[in-house]
Amino acid sequence: MTAIAPDSCDSCLRRAFLIARLAPRIAGLLDRPRARVAGLLALSEADLLEAVAGPHSDRLLEELDGLDLGHERERLADRGVAALCCHSQAYPPLLLELGDPPAVLFALGRLETLEALRQEPEVAIVGTRNPSPYGREVAYSLGRGLGAAGVPVVSGLALGIDATAHRGCLTGGGVPVAVLACGPDVVYPRRHRRLHERVQESGVVLSELPPGTQPFRWSFPARNRIMAGLARMTVVVEAADPSGSLITTDFARDLGRSVAAVPGRVTSRVSRGTNGLLRDGAVPITGAEDVLDELFGAGMRPLPPHETARREPDDPRLARVLEAAERMGSVGAIAAATNLDSGETRAALGRLEAEGWLVRRDLGGWERTLGRPESAPGGGGDLASGSPDEDPAPAGDAVLDPEDPMPDD
Amino acid sequence: MRAALLNSELEFPQKRLTVNLAPAHVRKAGPSFDLAIAVGLLAASGQVPEEALGGHALCGELSLTGEIRPVRGALAAALGARRAGYRSVLVPQANAPEAALVQGIEVRGIPSLRRLADLLHGRWSADPALPSAPPESASETELDLADVRGQEDAKRALEIAAAGGHNLLMIGPPGAGKTMLARRLPGILPPPTFEEALQVTQMHSAAGIGNGKLATERPFRAPHHTISAQGLVGGGNRPMPGEITLAHRGVLFLDELPEFGRAAVDALRQPLEEGYVEIMRGQRALEFPANAMVVAACNRCPCARGADACSCTSVELARYRRRLSGPLLDRIDLVCQVDQVPALQLVGSERQAQPPSVEIRERVMRARERQQARLSGTGALCNGDMDGRLTRRKVQLDAALTAGVLAARDRLNLSGRGHDRVLRVARTIADLDGREHLRDTDLDEALSYRLEDGEALAA
Repeated sequence: MTAIAPDSCDSCLRRAFLIARLAPRIAGLLDRPRARVAGLLALSEADLLEAVAGPHSDRLLEELDGLDLGHERERLADRGVAALCCHSQAYPPLLLELGDPPAVLFALGRLETLEALRQEPEVAIVGTRNPSPYGREVAYSLGRGLGAAGVPVVSGLALGIDATAHRGCLTGGGVPVAVLACGPDVVYPRRHRRLHERVQESGVVLSELPPGTQPFRWSFPARNRIMAGLARMTVVVEAADPSGSLITTDFARDLGRSVAAVPGRVTSRVSRGTNGLLRDGAVPITGAEDVLDELFGAGMRPLPPHETARREPDDPRLARVLEAAERMGSVGAIAAATNLDSGETRAALGRLEAEGWLVRRDLGGWERTLGRPESAPGGGGDLASGSPDEDPAPAGDAVLDPEDPMPDD
Repeated sequence: MRAALLNSELEFPQKRLTVNLAPAHVRKAGPSFDLAIAVGLLAASGQVPEEALGGHALCGELSLTGEIRPVRGALAAALGARRAGYRSVLVPQANAPEAALVQGIEVRGIPSLRRLADLLHGRWSADPALPSAPPESASETELDLADVRGQEDAKRALEIAAAGGHNLLMIGPPGAGKTMLARRLPGILPPPTFEEALQVTQMHSAAGIGNGKLATERPFRAPHHTISAQGLVGGGNRPMPGEITLAHRGVLFLDELPEFGRAAVDALRQPLEEGYVEIMRGQRALEFPANAMVVAACNRCPCARGADACSCTSVELARYRRRLSGPLLDRIDLVCQVDQVPALQLVGSERQAQPPSVEIRERVMRARERQQARLSGTGALCNGDMDGRLTRRKVQLDAALTAGVLAARDRLNLSGRGHDRVLRVARTIADLDGREHLRDTDLDEALSYRLEDGEALAA
């Protein structure tokens, strides 16, 4: 199949701009915790206007009729944003199974990856914005394993699990797909500016809202339906209950897609959602292999060998310290076991952590990671390049914090 | 007053008396004014020649028998008298050696009111007091790091903290020796300069905890965690220096940091940033110096057991961690472990010679010299004093190291501040090693001392 140029018809584009125009009004209607757009986005143009704008609908309709779609298309092209409507050949077919598929997907990044999306099943990795180190570790390794196995990873570019899964996928050399609750060019939260760029370089950023649209509370659950719609399987790494991640799995279940969860500690708040899903029959996930087995059948799509082999650091001193750190938590004990002085031990521990062999345990001690730090595809160079990921002052982020309808704390 | 005069074979004037303590808006309290008031009375009633009083400042408490009793703050009084232009200050005999530490003013110790009157009449003379005998030198440091077995990690961290003036957090179970280690920090810090010692002695004298001798060691203060904000930073109706001021030029140790009141810890923020405490009292603001290194300690978790025996739920852990966070953690550059040392190891390590504190102090002082040379003209004295901008200006990295730091920052989700902290500590590690250029191992080591900060948790 040849690549299909993304395009969009007038009526779909018109509808996308209508929703963007109505976004603040929808917010007025729905802005309370756990509000869902329900069937709102499935309404016809006239009904939607009637429901949301009421007496103002005539004026809005006039405004919409005055919209110069040709001009808007030029502006999109100027910004490098592709618009593909639900009638386009490039539109992800799985999304059409939604009751209210987005009329238009605005896309930034490598558009050819859209082709890959048609051929490979995607997996959504979602979870809390406040993960434990364990959740972070698992999200990273899932993203990385799936990325390396050639499975595109869908997530929402939010703080916590989302961002970690994207990072893992990038490191694994995979195709990240970020679905945003704002225009595709709007970076939210702002500290993910660099990650936003990196996703565009290797994959694609999608949104049903036109460029420049700011996020609203309602647009997060609305975005979650797109993630669930794109993915063959939705994996929740850590989630409280109730939470935005559970909204995503509700959508996935309604679509008859597979829902999976990573088991967590029963005492942990952020495991309550995932353990609940498992109790209700979600697929338990202990690693990328489990996801691949579930998607392709057991053993049909193994992880690339460099992802499974247990690797050791090349530097023998680092290898020795790593081996000791695995068994004991105290620097003193590690130093004694490796015959290094404490400064040297600390330096080795710092290096191991920087290279991703170890993670810090709460207030003291280290834990060996699943043991696959930066390796062959997409290697460490990816991480080393460019400016740091975070903007120093994500001041605006505090204003809107709607990812989980219930805050985690 | 009356009894004191009569018992000194002097007369109490049988007239209407007005004692005016000007300026009126300064709050005055305490017994140190007794002597000046008594001498005022004597002069007013012609019992001592008025002209003999010129140039003398007075301070002391009178007993009923006419003896002059020691007071708090004699050193501060002598400093104040010198500043006000007096050429001589008369203090209680017991305070004389302390007050005599002030140079450029004659200090005489006076035993009794009788003797004072004789002095003013020229019937008795006292030699200017000599400053209290300076330290029995060198090994007054009884607390030697060599006494502590094991704890290599904490010792290394203490050395770095001392060398760079970094604030430190020690994590470990109770009874593992956190307090013991912290107490030994003053012994590896450079000895105070004369001016610093004078400041320390002055503050201690004002609080009435000094021994009248010039401080030879940096102070070590370890307030209990039930202390109030006022107790920590100072204040009160009659403003008293708080623990942070008493620890000026020394070490403030906060054991069980999460147990301290939120208000108390928050009150420390301004002094830690500015190096002084400001206390507002009515029309005026008082300033106390408050430039101390902070060493904090906490357990790994609320149940305080080892990582393997810990029974805390993650909710409890999260709550404990949250209590730890806050403005103080922003000022902590280093985090180290203190281990429960098994009895066997205590015996075993007896054979290895431990480096004594004096040896570590040598290294620390050399590292500080390097820093002072590099930082001259910036207002900062050591690496721990550098703010974010100064850190990035003064800690130069070559291209390879910069790339490495950025990679680590990306991977570990370091915040901007966390990044600066790593640079500061790495700079100190290189200073301790006597190198001007940083190596990757310096940065790696600094990275491992960082506290996983809240921003990283949120990212």
